[in-house]
Amino acid sequence: MSDVQTSLAFRANAARAIKDAPMRAAMRQAADTFGAKRADAFASVADLEALRDRASALRLQVLDRLQEYEEMFASRATRAGATVHRAKDASSAREIIARILADRGAKTVVKSKSMVSEEIHLNAHLEKEGLTVLETDLGEYIIQLVGETPSHIIVPAIHKNRQQVGRLFAEKLGVEYTEDPQVLTKIARRTIREKFLTADAGLSGANFAAAASGSLVLFTNEGNGRMVTTVPPLHIAILSLEKMIPSLADLPTFIRLLPRSATGQSITSYVSVITGTRKPGEATGAKELHIVLLDNGRTEILSGECREILKCIRCGACMNVCPVYRTVGGHSYGWTYPGPMGIILTTLLTGMAKSHPLVDASTLCGACVEVCPVHIPLVDLFLRLRERRVREGFSRPMEKRGMRVFGKAAASPSLFSAGQYLSRTFWPLVRALGGKDVAGRLPRPAKVPFHRRVP
Amino acid sequence: MRVQLFGTCLVDSFFPEVGEATLKLFRRFGVTAVFPRGQTCCGQPAFNAGYADDARAAAAHFLSVFDGDAPIVTPSGSCAAMVKHHYPVLFRTDPVMNAKAERAAGRIYELSQFLVRFLRAHESGLAGKGTVTYHSSCHLARSLGVRDEPLILLQSMKGVRFVPMPDATRCCGFGGTFMAKLPEISCALADEKADSILATGADTVTGCDAGCLMNIGDAMKKRANFVQVRHIAQVLAEEL
Repeated sequence: MSDVQTSLAFRANAARAIKDAPMRAAMRQAADTFGAKRADAFASVADLEALRDRASALRLQVLDRLQEYEEMFASRATRAGATVHRAKDASSAREIIARILADRGAKTVVKSKSMVSEEIHLNAHLEKEGLTVLETDLGEYIIQLVGETPSHIIVPAIHKNRQQVGRLFAEKLGVEYTEDPQVLTKIARRTIREKFLTADAGLSGANFAAAASGSLVLFTNEGNGRMVTTVPPLHIAILSLEKMIPSLADLPTFIRLLPRSATGQSITSYVSVITGTRKPGEATGAKELHIVLLDNGRTEILSGECREILKCIRCGACMNVCPVYRTVGGHSYGWTYPGPMGIILTTLLTGMAKSHPLVDASTLCGACVEVCPVHIPLVDLFLRLRERRVREGFSRPMEKRGMRVFGKAAASPSLFSAGQYLSRTFWPLVRALGGKDVAGRLPRPAKVPFHRRVP
Repeated sequence: MRVQLFGTCLVDSFFPEVGEATLKLFRRFGVTAVFPRGQTCCGQPAFNAGYADDARAAAAHFLSVFDGDAPIVTPSGSCAAMVKHHYPVLFRTDPVMNAKAERAAGRIYELSQFLVRFLRAHESGLAGKGTVTYHSSCHLARSLGVRDEPLILLQSMKGVRFVPMPDATRCCGFGGTFMAKLPEISCALADEKADSILATGADTVTGCDAGCLMNIGDAMKKRANFVQVRHIAQVLAEEL
């Protein structure tokens, strides 16, 4: 499936997903577990609010001077031995990466988790060029085996239960069926490990890029990230522009926030800092490092009214607490990024024409705002995007007329009362016209409205 | 004390008994409630759907009806949050209207908030009966910051046993226009809320927003149960 965007069919996608009982049970369990773990992890952080304020301010500082940081990062990374490439859009990023690999005669690539690579549909492109690409993050490995896309930015296979994974492994890897997560992990590890040693190149994303030292920072749990970036002779990292932080001195702030927000861990098993290539005397590290800085619409977002979405550090906390996300799953959103942050990024990166139903995919409950570690005003951004949808002409003509009538009636008590009277009198008709899934869920209006009962 | 009562369009059209219970509470605490004539809707349906101009028309009307300095009290967290947080933004480019909006924002209160903060109703020995559980509405809790007041009130009531609801702060799926635009998701969320309510064993579920209670009421109707869905004003005014 799914290099094709289906965000326009959000309602149908969601309606179908709601009937997928195993998916909903898996989502409910995982989202609730992460939510609870997150709360526990922050219980011991006394200065949480100050920490969030600092992280938010740092991210804003980066956005305000993004070009400056990007240039600093590029020059320092280059000095440390990396080659920095700039990609304006998805296709140029794919071509840059394919060319680097082709020039070196690479045939096999091992990959650690990268949502930016999903955004540009990198795997499909490289496979078309004849390369073998292996996802080495366990969750990514699972969905690569099924031929799906991630349904969560941190936990790609969050929608699968262990029975499904057991059956998948039995079918695709020819192993005996088991649903024991530890045994399944061992099987995957055994299969993946030998590929690390023979791969021609490693491909990774990055959680942050520290401008002052030109360093890449990766937070991982399985050790695969470190293998991907240090074992093969060639390492290619792809990241979007807004991943910059001023310097490694700012990293502790994000070390305290990101793992706690994401998985409820006080720190991930690995925090890797990669500054340039392997130096003489060093035992590990890629001999050749290429860093692809992807714009793909970020510069445009930066100059607009929703720029604060670029503060996002991809923790996934907003989706874990989102009542809509946990009910419909990540695939319903129809593109790379799901949940609250995904609604905003998808709309901005792919355009209203391809995504406008997504801006309705929130009850505006604000649970996401409550947990966002960098204070992104997600609900305000939803509202801005809904206004933009109307401005850009993607709202239904019927709705538009209806709202015009509403505005006029709300400003005129007599019209308002007349509307009330009509809907009460013709309630059976209103119900019939309004459909059983909408008007059918409303009670019958009162015979005498409150304003006529007040003494 | 004098207050202006904003009934809200949902209470006016569908749940007048909530407005009447609110008036009873005011009488009980010696508050003179003025009901400004000509009030309609705060404008949320248009605002939340992205129709700023139509929302502004509603908001401008609200501001002309609710003139003066008395506190505005409303039995809805969502409508109070709309006036408090979104009116000033709607009129950010119009200094005269913006000043009016700011004044309204500074004097609007949700009912339970007003009852606790200004009338100390939780120390007054209100009485009721039965086992009550509480759904915490999203805008009330997250936008207005009213989390404890309804609980304090319910827990203070003589003859009422309060039982907390699991995931009380999870959205019920109403979301204003959300319930009409994405009914499948709205119903799934309401259904989950109904599970939480039934798990408490309470005979009454209450809350501070008629919209949420309407959505919850519909989900409860589809289940075999005897749970009553009532606005907190009705629960508090039970024996008045």
